[in-house]
Amino acid sequence: MDFYSFLIQLLNGLQYGLLLFLVASGLTLVFGIMGIINLAHGSFYMVGAYLAFSLAALTGNLLTAVLLGVTLSVLLGMLLEWLFYRHLYARDHLYQVLMTYGLILVFEELRSILWGDDVHGVAVPVFLSGSIPLTDNLSYPVYRLAISGICLLLAGGLYWLIRKTRLGMMIRAGAANREMAQALGINIEWLYTVVFALGLTLAAFAGMIAAPVSSVYPNMGGEVIIISFVVVVIGGIGSVWGALLAAILIGMSDTFGKVLLPEYAGMTTYLLMALVLLWRPEGLFRRT
Amino acid sequence: MTNYKRRDFLKNGAALAALSGASAAGVLLPATLAQAQSAAGKIRVGLMLPYTGTFAQLGVAIENGFRLALAEHGGKFGGRELEFFKVDDESDPAKATENANKLIQRDKVEVLVGTVHSGVEMGILKVVRESGTLHIIPNAGADAATGGLCAPNVFRTSFTNWQPSYPLGDLLIKRGHKSAVYLTWKYGAGEESLGGFRDGYSKAGGKILKEMFLPFPNVEFQALLTEIAALKPDAVVCFFAGGGAAKFLRDYAAAGLKGKIPLYGSGFLTDGILEAVGDAAEGIETTLHYGDGIDTKRNNAFRLAYAKTFKLQPDVYAVQGYDAGLLLTAGLDAMKGDIANKAGMIKAMENVKIDSPRGPWTMSKAHNPIQDIYLRKVVGKENKVMGVAHKALADPARGCKMA
Repeated sequence: MDFYSFLIQLLNGLQYGLLLFLVASGLTLVFGIMGIINLAHGSFYMVGAYLAFSLAALTGNLLTAVLLGVTLSVLLGMLLEWLFYRHLYARDHLYQVLMTYGLILVFEELRSILWGDDVHGVAVPVFLSGSIPLTDNLSYPVYRLAISGICLLLAGGLYWLIRKTRLGMMIRAGAANREMAQALGINIEWLYTVVFALGLTLAAFAGMIAAPVSSVYPNMGGEVIIISFVVVVIGGIGSVWGALLAAILIGMSDTFGKVLLPEYAGMTTYLLMALVLLWRPEGLFRRT
Repeated sequence: MTNYKRRDFLKNGAALAALSGASAAGVLLPATLAQAQSAAGKIRVGLMLPYTGTFAQLGVAIENGFRLALAEHGGKFGGRELEFFKVDDESDPAKATENANKLIQRDKVEVLVGTVHSGVEMGILKVVRESGTLHIIPNAGADAATGGLCAPNVFRTSFTNWQPSYPLGDLLIKRGHKSAVYLTWKYGAGEESLGGFRDGYSKAGGKILKEMFLPFPNVEFQALLTEIAALKPDAVVCFFAGGGAAKFLRDYAAAGLKGKIPLYGSGFLTDGILEAVGDAAEGIETTLHYGDGIDTKRNNAFRLAYAKTFKLQPDVYAVQGYDAGLLLTAGLDAMKGDIANKAGMIKAMENVKIDSPRGPWTMSKAHNPIQDIYLRKVVGKENKVMGVAHKALADPARGCKMA
């Protein structure tokens, strides 16, 4: 590998890592802050992608589709929290796994009934459809760079929200000690509804903006959920920066694993996780 | 836990409900009834196919094809009606032997038709090699089924993974592509398909610069595309299917490689995804044993009949199911419906010449079709058949003692 290829592979790794962060960021909130093991997070990603597909076909414009889709996702998040998730806060992790696993099955069947089992494509918006030449025969799609930019913005926004705003303070207080926060007059129930809706919307949003590059297909949620948990665990549960760093590390290890150790490419990510956990069992940035 | 296991996990759960329904139907049938049916009664046919999960549509297409063949023979094969016993195999290898045993021991099926997933097929093979039950494979392409694990009672009406990719080697050399990179998922079908291409390409004098693998079903291709751009091969050959294939074709085009390094695919790269992929697939050439657009009287008649009966367009899976029906009736007609005469059945099924929508084919000594492999090209939103890439291609059937 010459130096220039190396730089391009670095870009690939960074870009993949940022995409992973986008998918995992909602999980960081729901799993990291609310303490819910939400296996259905991948299904929300899938719901987002299919929403983007349908709404883009309906409105003819991905941007409008994303705006509409985000609104629908917030509503869906509130509804699901109210119907299902609020009964889980006080319960053991096993109940959470059972219920959220059940939701996966429900969402997959709904998907099959509503949209069928075909593979669908979503068009890239025209103003982002160009590409930048890197070598004589390789170019980089602008849309992928745009996704990276959005991921960075979201990472900053989440950090700001959780660390610098009143809402973030309440979220952290609720996560640290639910009863005490309640005693201080914070409406925890409402707060958790908001946080859960935000988490679901982040996953759905990731599905929406990833749809043009990944296509839309059955079981797509199942493919992202494991890697999302890996990101959250490596990063340190509840840490936005940790998740970002972990996602980029995984992006790099996956990219260079495929190039340098093609025979073992399936292992590199999990090897990385094992090493990090040996070194820091609580993840890179464990915060309380 | 890998992503692959996870996916299976999801599928299993989803299929549980459907499965319990299917088995309940079987249980209701008293065992005495099974024995009461003599040679004059109905022939007991087991259909072990995926009816839920990712491959559900394939299972349905195969059964439709089989039923169409039956309908065209007046509802009888060899003068006898058929009674179907269906099991949803969920594409789950872990339940394969159990499901196959259910059909053979509980339902006493006389012929077992199935399945799509190669891993599940391995389980069925284990069971039917012991029981000696007649077995027709309408899809699963695992080389071993008609290779190292071949058996007199096992027949296939589809393909081996080796078959569709072998003719690509010759084609690439004819086009002047002396070096190539091969790209696939690291799993059975991908590696066996690579084996076929490697055989054909090295025989024709081509050089594979690099064989690249992704863990199944990973779809992050960017790193490997960057490497391909640096290696500058004359051509790229790949094996992907379904959602992964759609993403690969899009990424290949988005990376600017399309039009600079020609892309070829074996098998199912461009099947069922052309609507999703759009322009990124335009002009890509693939090799397969069937193409929707084969313009023969036989194929047109089949397509019309299928579309009329099921209000669906047939695909390659429907053809394979249809041919499974034709194969069974060829054996039963020769034996006048006496399916119990196994040696006679096997001999008759070995000597068939199937007049298939894909074109006529014969049975190899290892019981796999000796068939034409077509060259197809994506034009607009369809796989246009450009001609025959390899006439009457037989699988090498490595390790098969019958061949």
